[in-house]
Amino acid sequence: MTLLRRLATAVPLIASLSLLGCASEDGGLQSQKLATITSRGKLVCGVDGKLPGFSFVGPDGSYSGLDVDVCKATAAAVLGDPARVDYRDLNSSERFAALASGEVDLLSRNTTHTLSRDAAGGNGLSFAPTVFYDGQGVMVPNSSGIKRLQDLAGKPICVESGTTTELNLADRMREIKAAYTPLKFQTGDQTYAAYLEGRCVAVTSDRSQLAGKRTSFPDPAAHTLLPEVLSKEPLSPATVNADPLWSDAVRWTVYALMQAEELGITQANVDAKVAEARANTNQADLRRFLGVEGDFGKQLGLPADFVVKAIKAVGNYGEIFERNVGMASKLKLERGLNRQWKDGGLIYSPPFR
Amino acid sequence: MAPLPQSTGGVTPWWRNRRLIPWLVQGASGLALLVLVAFLLGNLVRNLTAAGLLLSWGWLDNPSGFDIAETLLPFNAGLPYWRALLAGLVNTVRVVVAGLVGATVLGTLVGTASFSSNGLLRRLARIYVEVIRNIPLLLQLVFWYFVVFLSLPNGTAAIQLPGLVLAKSGLYLFQPELVDGVWHAPLRFTVEFVALLTGLVVYTGAFIAEVVRGGVAAVPAGQWEAARSLGFNPLQTLRQIVLPQALRVIVPGLNSQYISLAKNSSLAVACGYTDLYSVAETTLNQTGRAVEVVLILLGAYLVIDLLISALMNGLNRAVQLRER
Repeated sequence: MTLLRRLATAVPLIASLSLLGCASEDGGLQSQKLATITSRGKLVCGVDGKLPGFSFVGPDGSYSGLDVDVCKATAAAVLGDPARVDYRDLNSSERFAALASGEVDLLSRNTTHTLSRDAAGGNGLSFAPTVFYDGQGVMVPNSSGIKRLQDLAGKPICVESGTTTELNLADRMREIKAAYTPLKFQTGDQTYAAYLEGRCVAVTSDRSQLAGKRTSFPDPAAHTLLPEVLSKEPLSPATVNADPLWSDAVRWTVYALMQAEELGITQANVDAKVAEARANTNQADLRRFLGVEGDFGKQLGLPADFVVKAIKAVGNYGEIFERNVGMASKLKLERGLNRQWKDGGLIYSPPFR
Repeated sequence: MAPLPQSTGGVTPWWRNRRLIPWLVQGASGLALLVLVAFLLGNLVRNLTAAGLLLSWGWLDNPSGFDIAETLLPFNAGLPYWRALLAGLVNTVRVVVAGLVGATVLGTLVGTASFSSNGLLRRLARIYVEVIRNIPLLLQLVFWYFVVFLSLPNGTAAIQLPGLVLAKSGLYLFQPELVDGVWHAPLRFTVEFVALLTGLVVYTGAFIAEVVRGGVAAVPAGQWEAARSLGFNPLQTLRQIVLPQALRVIVPGLNSQYISLAKNSSLAVACGYTDLYSVAETTLNQTGRAVEVVLILLGAYLVIDLLISALMNGLNRAVQLRER
């Protein structure tokens, strides 16, 4: 059945590639993806769907989370309406095939930006700016008495297959010369179920994901993150390499959220800011950013006011962070590396000009 | 073929030639199919090239960088991808072979039990078959792994029988010992393997039981009666008279059950067992070579199934009624 599912994603890929006409060669400045999304009237966004704080289905069937807000912001920028998103839950093994086959337009699913995923000779993705700077961690039950990575020598560790964490774990354990047993599962649910059943003494993943999953455990306080950070995990939305115009549109929508925080534009005051920009011809920066003057939207193939629509939909980056994973959420994560560059973090939008 | 009805006088026109037309039609459809396939393949290669995804196999020699929990072949993260895939294939073959043996034994026992004179045994056999056949295998695997085997205790509380210990961490055979709260034994199977094997055996066993029941039912009642009047007891009748005759009906049915079992073993990933499919999936994600990896998977399962089929066809010829 799983094989079937893999085939189900691989076969359309092969079929679409073999049936693809040669007409697209003279595409010029036309993005096929943008045209498809506009005519469809919906953005199809690949998410995890089971990760509190990043993408999670609520009791009423609505999606929420940091990754989901990126989908909403993009839908608002392209289509003018954050609700026009079709979400697809993807596990970590399915995600790249789903993106490559065109089943989803945008992958916003806590995906680590790496060379082999980016390269045309590898997965051939195009990454948008990092929306969450993360690192790999290891979680253990308090009762296990495990305090450091070395204590895990000879022990079974649960890990989700098809993730960078699987490889980092192998590398780090080899470095410290500790043999261990990796127990690999296809989905996060299975991984955490096996951990909670006590099959593994530890589970490893991105630290944000561990913190998110822990909130749904029966007794969250009974589990601790080890102090070691095993790797750099810059989590970024991704699109296919083949359509650079669409990739640019997503990239600058994400940058707009970051730039908005830097300029102090929030969901609440964006309308006031637009009025201010309209009234005040001297504020050229603000006017260009909000699309009051200039043609940034047109250059990207987006409506002129795409920045305003995105901010109205989900707020600026800081608001998105606080609401979903920050102190205002159950996860209670520090901003840490995810502060604005002016505050010593890594969130930095190139200039809008 | 009956002689063609000749039209009165003259030569048959070619479009009414009963010999020529089928050739022409088949030739034309064959040609059209070839052209279509050639067009699709050519287009596939062209577009794969354009997308930088043209088939290449050099990556098989790159170090894999991931570990595999249990292997018969020695493996570590420094070894290349093809070694990882090979280790996965060996794991698949291991569970398939063990599953075939187990499912055959269980299926034969249950299949013959449905002819028992003991009503309780007969009904239990029916209940087993009907319950197991009608629940999807994936659910059963998840049940066996997460509900049954992961609820087992570890350490001293584990289930201990003479020469056998069943704990949350696995099955230990031949004088298991407890050292620092961890079991050790000369022969050890992980709980993932045991759960997958149990699931496959129980599931396929139900289908094989039906095949066996059908085979036994196909032996005329007169054979049972004749054996009884010759003084055979029921067990002897079954072993020496009925089963040899039933085999002719059973073996072809077994073949497809065996093939299903081999294919179903790819559900291993549901209970954390590292089979070929699981390794291939990790490989696919690390390398991005989706088409190649899927081709390897298709090829491997095809070969396994063709091997099983060939063996079973050989067996079929051996048990067939030889007419003289």
